[in-house]
Amino acid sequence: MKENTSSKQYSNFRQKEPKSAKTKTRLFKYSTLIGLGIFALIILYPLFWMLISSFKSYEEIYSDVWNLPGTWNFSNYSLAWEQGIQNYFINSLYVTGFAILITVSIGSMAAFTLSRYQNRWIDIALLFIIGGLMMNPQVALIPLFEILTLFNLIDTRWALILTYVAYRLPLTIILIRAFFLTVPKELSESALLDGCTEFGIYRRIYLPLSIPVVVTTVILNAFFAWNEFLFATVFINSSELKTIPSGLMVFRDALRTDWGVLLSGMVIASIPMIILLILLQKYLVRGLAEGSVKG
Amino acid sequence: MKKKFPLTPILFLLPSVFFLGVFIYIPLVQNFYNSFFDFNVFSNSKEFVGLAQIKTLFQDDVIMISIMNNFKYAIISVIFQIFFALILASILEDKLFRKVAPALRVIYFIPVMISISVIALLFSFIYNPQMGLLNSFLELVGLEAWARPWLGDSTSAIYSVIAMSQWQSIGLITMLFIVAIQKIPNELYEAADMDGAGRIRKFFSVTLPQVKETMFVNLLITVTGSILVFNEPFILTNGGPGNSSMTLAVHMYQTGFSRDNMGYASTIATLIFLLSAIFALIQIKVSKTGKED
Repeated sequence: MKENTSSKQYSNFRQKEPKSAKTKTRLFKYSTLIGLGIFALIILYPLFWMLISSFKSYEEIYSDVWNLPGTWNFSNYSLAWEQGIQNYFINSLYVTGFAILITVSIGSMAAFTLSRYQNRWIDIALLFIIGGLMMNPQVALIPLFEILTLFNLIDTRWALILTYVAYRLPLTIILIRAFFLTVPKELSESALLDGCTEFGIYRRIYLPLSIPVVVTTVILNAFFAWNEFLFATVFINSSELKTIPSGLMVFRDALRTDWGVLLSGMVIASIPMIILLILLQKYLVRGLAEGSVKG
Repeated sequence: MKKKFPLTPILFLLPSVFFLGVFIYIPLVQNFYNSFFDFNVFSNSKEFVGLAQIKTLFQDDVIMISIMNNFKYAIISVIFQIFFALILASILEDKLFRKVAPALRVIYFIPVMISISVIALLFSFIYNPQMGLLNSFLELVGLEAWARPWLGDSTSAIYSVIAMSQWQSIGLITMLFIVAIQKIPNELYEAADMDGAGRIRKFFSVTLPQVKETMFVNLLITVTGSILVFNEPFILTNGGPGNSSMTLAVHMYQTGFSRDNMGYASTIATLIFLLSAIFALIQIKVSKTGKED
């Protein structure tokens, strides 16, 4: 056994291999490939089912689970869009857009100060911000509800925007600060000599140099805000202000057995993030990895 | 190195400090404070009840059921998302699968990007006793004896919820392991090759020690995630049937927002906070002692 595996590696290394080891490697390769394929099927099939069933009528979904739709009911999509998804989609865009804009702009400003200066107060501020990563929304739910009620923000889109900003700031600041630390000091010093203000240094030197990390944080925050469920359920009551994740629940209750329409709504809700994944995979993965390691 | 400290940097820092203070730190303190009071959503007055809510906590049977369910969540998630995901990641990073790996990585990652409410609604179709994919599949392969109303049966409800979470999250943890494996210096593998180490040997003596830190982070994500879990059981079963799939966060939500007992809900929230903090501390301790070896 040991001998076999070692010759397998030997073969990988030298590219020329004894016959028995070659068969073994092949066997390993193809059996693993089958396993990977089955797992991919387990992941993909339910999503594929969601897609094809979204074109079916209720009777067809109920009586014929596996087949393709007999007639493709594209009207399911227009019905879903008109009966509520349109609203939820716009609300999600609004909330996600403002949350990203505020998080990234004030987060990058904080990161600028935290990366450019060194003293005791800066250390304390940094600790304060990193500590924010440890807190979780579940525990803060009831006090947040009280605070938002106090500010008269319950049942407005700003209840979501402001809380999303707060919970996304720590990670955003940490990621951007790490990048800002690598900006050469000479650049800002020569700019200071040329009479540039601090704000100018931030806007003309640091921000333009940091586009990649800004893109990463934008994607991470988009992903969070688009899919967030707990706050969206608790802080918004009016159906017309709900975002997609909480709106789909209203949609389900309202539609009862109109499954094809519900499934169409679910597909519409998923499309933006899947496009984001396919287009910007690299940024997203790097962000998730760095974010989790630092968190 | 000394710099003058102009006003701009302070102004730059203020908004972030304000947001964190108002929406993260004050709520945390406020929650501890609330745990000693009795109040409803729209009542203006809070009645001080001392430790009465904590007493209720110990007499509440649902708390025990919830904690057990959170632990089941944690244990099963660690098995799938740490062990299985690590093996999956090292297979995907193996030279043999270089051609298919990029596509598979994206496929496994798709569920991570989809909103939990979409996933949960989809799984309520999959678990549906009449037309659900799962029962239909079991029928197709001749295992109809195993078919059951997955979410309506108090013995299988929580496991069905947990299974859905594994399906959704395994891609994320796998991806985090892949990034960690890609950072391992190639020389280590080459040296292992020279020593004639096989795949399994290399996994245990190179990959595993090198991804230890990531493994610890993933463990932290998975276990605290399991203690906090709300969305999945809330959408799929709302804690039912009975309280069989209740978790702490769902119990907190129902106590506060359905039964309008905000004081006791705050006490449950405090319990959740303490549990997740204790687990985080244990894990940090364990990982540190591991490093000294």
